[in-house]
Amino acid sequence: MKFLRYIVIGIVFGITLAKAEVVSWYRIYEMFKFESFHMYGIIGSAVVIGIVAIQIIKRFKIKSIDGQPIHIHPKQFSIPRYLIGGIVFGLGWAMTGACPGPMFILLGNGVGVILVVIGAAVLGTYTYGRLRNKLPH
Amino acid sequence: MNEVIAFISQPWPWYVAGPIISLVMISLILFGNSFGISANLRTMCSIVGAGKNCEFFDFNWKSQIWNLVFALGLVIGGVIAHLYLTPSTEVNLSAQTIEDLKALGIEQPGTHLVPMDVFSWQSLFTVRGFIILVVGGFLIGFGTRYAGGCTSGHAISGLSDLQLPSLIAVIGFFIGGLLVTYLVLPFLYTL
Repeated sequence: MKFLRYIVIGIVFGITLAKAEVVSWYRIYEMFKFESFHMYGIIGSAVVIGIVAIQIIKRFKIKSIDGQPIHIHPKQFSIPRYLIGGIVFGLGWAMTGACPGPMFILLGNGVGVILVVIGAAVLGTYTYGRLRNKLPH
Repeated sequence: MNEVIAFISQPWPWYVAGPIISLVMISLILFGNSFGISANLRTMCSIVGAGKNCEFFDFNWKSQIWNLVFALGLVIGGVIAHLYLTPSTEVNLSAQTIEDLKALGIEQPGTHLVPMDVFSWQSLFTVRGFIILVVGGFLIGFGTRYAGGCTSGHAISGLSDLQLPSLIAVIGFFIGGLLVTYLVLPFLYTL
């Protein structure tokens, strides 16, 4: 079953964010108040290791496990798109204390009402899709 | 075995979680995919037929099933952590944060992962609960697609690839987050 590897990786990620309390609303509040190193340590160490790993993948032209070349697509440059979109996302992140990954993990943690947050997020994505041509990118 | 479970049932420090997150990202890249969870929200729109009247959702969502399976893994991971690996629901917040939350009007902050008075079905019928859960969720879904990624896609994957757009997005995340934390939440907690 080819999807097995994705479910395993998802479980590892889910347990990790739950056990490191990244899924906690309180931890996000604490991060935006700059009152603990915890979240910065997590994101910072993930990025530092990620930078090294991606440089290795690129320099040594490492192939995927299926033997395909790995393409990491550069993002098209724009300021309004990333800044406005980012601010809107940040507003929601600090309110709900959950970005998309933790939403699913909180569901597993028994926070049933998070389904409403996920539903609202799907609606937000749909609304963006409908308005996309009218927004600055 | 019980000792192993007791050991991993402690809260995980940042220097354990951060490297595991990198490994998750690297694994997905080596599988020929990319690490970005919010793409699932777009896929969900597509599955329920949003592609019929909007070209943004008119794509082959079956190519994204792997990411939905990954999201299902997140739910299962949450269940496992909740049932077997979390003897105490207490969150290890800094003393200053606990003070701030009490000043905000939250009783017993950090005794659960989320403030239970807001994250309940009844709270949806209050102004505060509705704004935090429904408006907040909507803004996440709208903003993440507008910015082309969420924390996993920009803050982790994009910054790891030294992408300037991702740095701009992360700066945006913080502008929005600080506005809510310093202005909106204190207002909502006066309601």
